[in-house]
Amino acid sequence: MATGFIILAAVTLGAALASVMLRRLVHCALCWTLSMAGVAGLYILAGAEFLGLAQLIVYVGAVAILIVFAILLTQRRELLSIERLTAGSWVTGVAVAGLVAGCLWIGLAYTRGLGGAGGASGGPALETRELGELLMGRYVVAFEVAGLVLTVALIGAVILALPFEQPREASGRRADRPAAGEGWDARRQGGQGA
Amino acid sequence: MITAHHYLAVAAMLFGIGLAGALTRRNSILVLMSIELMLNAANLNLVAFGRQAGWEQGSQAALWVMCAIAIAAAESGVGLALILAIYRHRRSAHLDESPPLKG
Repeated sequence: MATGFIILAAVTLGAALASVMLRRLVHCALCWTLSMAGVAGLYILAGAEFLGLAQLIVYVGAVAILIVFAILLTQRRELLSIERLTAGSWVTGVAVAGLVAGCLWIGLAYTRGLGGAGGASGGPALETRELGELLMGRYVVAFEVAGLVLTVALIGAVILALPFEQPREASGRRADRPAAGEGWDARRQGGQGA
Repeated sequence: MITAHHYLAVAAMLFGIGLAGALTRRNSILVLMSIELMLNAANLNLVAFGRQAGWEQGSQAALWVMCAIAIAAAESGVGLALILAIYRHRRSAHLDESPPLKG
């Protein structure tokens, strides 16, 4: 159990670190997927098999595909492999993240009394039947609201991703769609000149 | 023996990695991925506490995690649609190249 935990934690953290540090976007996405799979393994190791499988289906199955599609749709070929990091924000970001993680770590080091009943390695696993009864009984409102949120997000994502200039095509010229280099760039340069 | 401490330590490190990524990356898709890493660290905390309480008493933690996973899925879908819409305007997915989003 302990070796399994160590291996899974190492895979999760190593893949997360790689997904934050690598320079090729597709490699980042694949390492992120591996990290999510490691988190799913940690859930299963903690006795929550249903959560682990849900994590696998949602993250490794669905969100990873979405991310890869978004990468392929939004990257021009010359930019696909180049992720530029500015030096100043790099140092600040790592310092802030290290500070936050250090504070969490210190708080954890001073916490006592977490070795309770479930801390034993042979603790009971999460009963999927009990989870379903809770979702269908006492917490049915949360279940329904989650479904509603997912529906709204689905419709919203479709509306956001639709092209928005269809009604004006009758005028013959697409004036509201700036070519690359126009639009906000011109506005920004005008603002700087003023 | 693995206790809740170990899970919480892994979650803290995962959160730190995600925060560093969200603060240093300039590509919006990578920032979204880092935010998902932080969300997973929070979920890992919940699972650790549910396990520590024993899953008979701690099954509400599993419900929280399920709701968080559902919200995260909705968030990533809407976020990627937003990134596509911004890319259609700007021909770029880099955060500092879209002036309306500049901090």
